[in-house]
Amino acid sequence: MLTETTRTPVYELTKSDKKFIGWHIFFAVTALTIGSLFGPLQALQHAGIDLYPDLNFLFIEFNGVNAYYQGLTLHGVLNALIWTTFFITGFSTLAVIRGLKRQLAIPLLNRIGFWMMAVGLVVAAVPLLGDNASVLYTFYPPLEADVLFYLGLVLVVVGSWIEGYGFYITLYRWRKENPTEKTPFITLAVVLNMVMWQIATIGIAAEILGLILPMTFGWVGGIDPQLSRTFFWFTGHPLVYFWLLPAYASWYGMLPKQAGGKLFSDSLARLAFWLFLLLSVPLGFHHQFVDPGVPSGWKFIHSLLTFGVAFPSLLTLFTVVASLEYAARQRGGRGLFGWIRALPWGDGSVTAQLLAGILFIFGGIGGVANASYNVNLVLHNTTWVPGHFHLTVASAVTLSFFGISYWLVPHITGKPLWRPKLAVVSSWVYFAGMLIFSNAMHTVGLLGAPRRTPLGLAPYVPDEWNGHLFRVAVGGAIMWIGLMIFVVIIAVTAWQRKRLPEGEHIDVPVAESLDDPNNAPLWLDRWKPWLIATVVLIILAYGPQLIDQIFGIESTSPGFTPQSPLPGG
Amino acid sequence: MSTSESAGKTKLHIDPTERSWIRAAILVLVVFAISITIAGFMLGIQVPTEEQRVDPRTIQEELPWSQPGVREIVPGEKYDVYLIAKMWFFDPNTVPAPDSTVEIPTGAEVTFYVTSVDVQHGFKIQGTNVNFMAVPGEVSKLTTVFEEPGSYDYICTEYCGTGHASMYGTVNITE
Repeated sequence: MLTETTRTPVYELTKSDKKFIGWHIFFAVTALTIGSLFGPLQALQHAGIDLYPDLNFLFIEFNGVNAYYQGLTLHGVLNALIWTTFFITGFSTLAVIRGLKRQLAIPLLNRIGFWMMAVGLVVAAVPLLGDNASVLYTFYPPLEADVLFYLGLVLVVVGSWIEGYGFYITLYRWRKENPTEKTPFITLAVVLNMVMWQIATIGIAAEILGLILPMTFGWVGGIDPQLSRTFFWFTGHPLVYFWLLPAYASWYGMLPKQAGGKLFSDSLARLAFWLFLLLSVPLGFHHQFVDPGVPSGWKFIHSLLTFGVAFPSLLTLFTVVASLEYAARQRGGRGLFGWIRALPWGDGSVTAQLLAGILFIFGGIGGVANASYNVNLVLHNTTWVPGHFHLTVASAVTLSFFGISYWLVPHITGKPLWRPKLAVVSSWVYFAGMLIFSNAMHTVGLLGAPRRTPLGLAPYVPDEWNGHLFRVAVGGAIMWIGLMIFVVIIAVTAWQRKRLPEGEHIDVPVAESLDDPNNAPLWLDRWKPWLIATVVLIILAYGPQLIDQIFGIESTSPGFTPQSPLPGG
Repeated sequence: MSTSESAGKTKLHIDPTERSWIRAAILVLVVFAISITIAGFMLGIQVPTEEQRVDPRTIQEELPWSQPGVREIVPGEKYDVYLIAKMWFFDPNTVPAPDSTVEIPTGAEVTFYVTSVDVQHGFKIQGTNVNFMAVPGEVSKLTTVFEEPGSYDYICTEYCGTGHASMYGTVNITE
């Protein structure tokens, strides 16, 4: 439990590793803080309250209606790409070291990777802040941003790969040193996530290096927008699992311990993660159901494969709830549902993750609707979609990362969490705002409201949307308050002078399993068959269409900046 | 190593309750898959498929894209509509055009062909299943039947730059 301190930690990280992880969290939370400023501005704009002119001083080059899109780009890039990637690499570093009880094999390699990411963030921030890259976080060509934006993203992705290589070498050495032991679950989980990420990001690497940069540098006259979409979504959907799996790692491998229990089934936790490796990538066409250049047959196949990846999430739902129920009954919980009250709701870290899980149930259901081929026609590109992914990346993932931060920051700083009760409040406030916001976004989306649009300005908004858009604004504002409470708690915790009493530590919560991990079948600890199956499935599900589109490439679309209808303008 | 031990190394232990849950989860997903299959392939609720590749730089020089708008294929029954999406309007923005003699009646089968000549746009006709991307270099196509007379807005649903929020048009359907 969060408040429980130990005198003898199971394994103590070195000061330098703690500091290194701390830098990840610092960049992550800073990005989240800046990126989230724009959330309530967008939400209020939808309700006709345009605060952008009043916040002129926040923008380096404030530019009328463009401020909405500039803010939306910053919101998407900083929150969905930067906050997540920096937090995940930091958390993964901790899970590798603590899981293996071993230092990184080549610490310098990980440090190079991290600082590359940090430089990439700064490089991308320059055009973002100057309104020269207001192309949103999907940057669909032939919309064109300043070249620094793409170079910055490349550095962030390559930096994360290099951190991943550091993990692989560390795990490889550990396996050599411990040939009879099973890889500890939390380590397996985060390394597997990194492997999946490296396979998935081949798509975005091909898009940026093969299509966008040649156009931006003027080496070719144009781009093939359809092919660039296919490359983008090769990465775009697995990206959401890259965000989600660290949260799952915590729900399976840490939360049960924090709740006072054990992991219900170690084997099924491992199986779920292997299935995510296998199924996360070959389903990107479900983001392209309404693309003109992809045959409907392939869309249908990817729709079915997306149902397939819902399966390990349903496994997760069972195992996590069963682990929590076991914990609650250990704590004296009774009754069919009465045990829920016996969970440690007074612990800010636990509460954040429980609420994250509850919101994710709704997010998961909505996700299955999105994946359903023709059902998608009624919701594609409507506010339903951001309503959905605020339940996933902004709830399941972000709220879980809040919860993790509530023990992680005290762990790495050696300082007690500032105002633990306020930590509980932060999650409830965020949760309440999210319920209002996401419900309104889903509803008005079904009525036809487009996403990515300053609806306060749009001439076609019918009266029936306005009540819902008002709820979007109210929910968005409440979420922001919850988020700011989190930021303040973390900032004060990290910067306060107060330290934990001499000899006390906040340990990393690592859950034991009810079943002995050494009884798990061997095929749950073998990389080769799973990797081969993953590659084969990707080739089957993507190969023919990719070959078709690559060999049929027509680079006929010149680039456009968002501000001008003239090519290159 | 005894046989029971080695068996334990290959067999996955699953709790009976969890086994039931797994069965239920698979059943639900299979039901969903069957539902979309029936809707797509028996009821004909379909998504766009590959139609035609075009050159966005020259497409407006030749028919039909040099004269976008309504084509009456079978009077009262079948109509084609060609629309060009550009930063930041649809050409035409009223269907049928105000000076046109063609009317689209309720119950007619209307097929929309849309392409973009600059960046990616979205195309969604409110209150219908017509919803797709307008991608430069590609023609998007979907068919619908308007069951009620009245005007239906079509709006741009993909961010396409500064003027995105005001990019829309109207289809008018007569009795």
